[in-house]
Amino acid sequence: MSLRSPLGRVLGTGSAKDGTGSWWAERVSSVALIPLTLWFFFSLLLLPSLDYGTVKSWLAVPFSSFLAVLSIAVLTYHSYLGTTVVIEDYVHSTGLKVLSLLTLRFLYVLCGGASIFAILHVAFGS
Amino acid sequence: MPVRSRPLSPHLEIYRWQIGNSLSILHRITGVALALGLVALSYWLVSLAGGEASYGTAMRAFTHPIGWLFLLAWTFSFLYHLLNGVRHLLWDAGYGFERNQRHISGWVAVLGALLLTICVAAVVWHGGSR
Repeated sequence: MSLRSPLGRVLGTGSAKDGTGSWWAERVSSVALIPLTLWFFFSLLLLPSLDYGTVKSWLAVPFSSFLAVLSIAVLTYHSYLGTTVVIEDYVHSTGLKVLSLLTLRFLYVLCGGASIFAILHVAFGS
Repeated sequence: MPVRSRPLSPHLEIYRWQIGNSLSILHRITGVALALGLVALSYWLVSLAGGEASYGTAMRAFTHPIGWLFLLAWTFSFLYHLLNGVRHLLWDAGYGFERNQRHISGWVAVLGALLLTICVAAVVWHGGSR
């Protein structure tokens, strides 16, 4: 155990510099998501029908699949940053916090990866 | 000397409900709801890649009355989180902190999201059998 005061320990070590990193990333991704999610939402809403053939041929157009991949990637990132903060705020015991944060991270990679793979599968045919 | 109960920091349980904190909490709740929606979106995309049969199964789940309810809730969550998110971005940029501006923008976010949700529901309903 150190006898130095908390202030004494941090003085002179310089700023952490990345303290606002995830906060800033959440804002930047949110700006990107304004056009991306609106495009995704209204594209689906304005499709003449949501049957298999219509949706598949819409998503297979390179323009759609490209924007869909971007949307899913940024959505996953933004959502990951957001729910991480929620867990950090409400889960207080260290063990459970680390466990839930890790589980969350794995689930996001799983879901985001599966979505992007599915879009590419539709785009490039089977 | 009598002990006076002094005001403490606003604990969630005793904080008076007003538009500011209600909308802030709603932003977080809709964010979590949208995270779950992202899982549903993932399932939908995977079912589409899986072929006509798996897509049919997914669409039956989404067009089940309970599925519709979820889609409606996700639509509102998306629109509210979007509108209130813009509000937050404006605050981050340093605008709209006055009492009046905060209240007006808050009502615009929540009522706008409700109104747009109704519009979207009407469009989908009018669209017919999907």
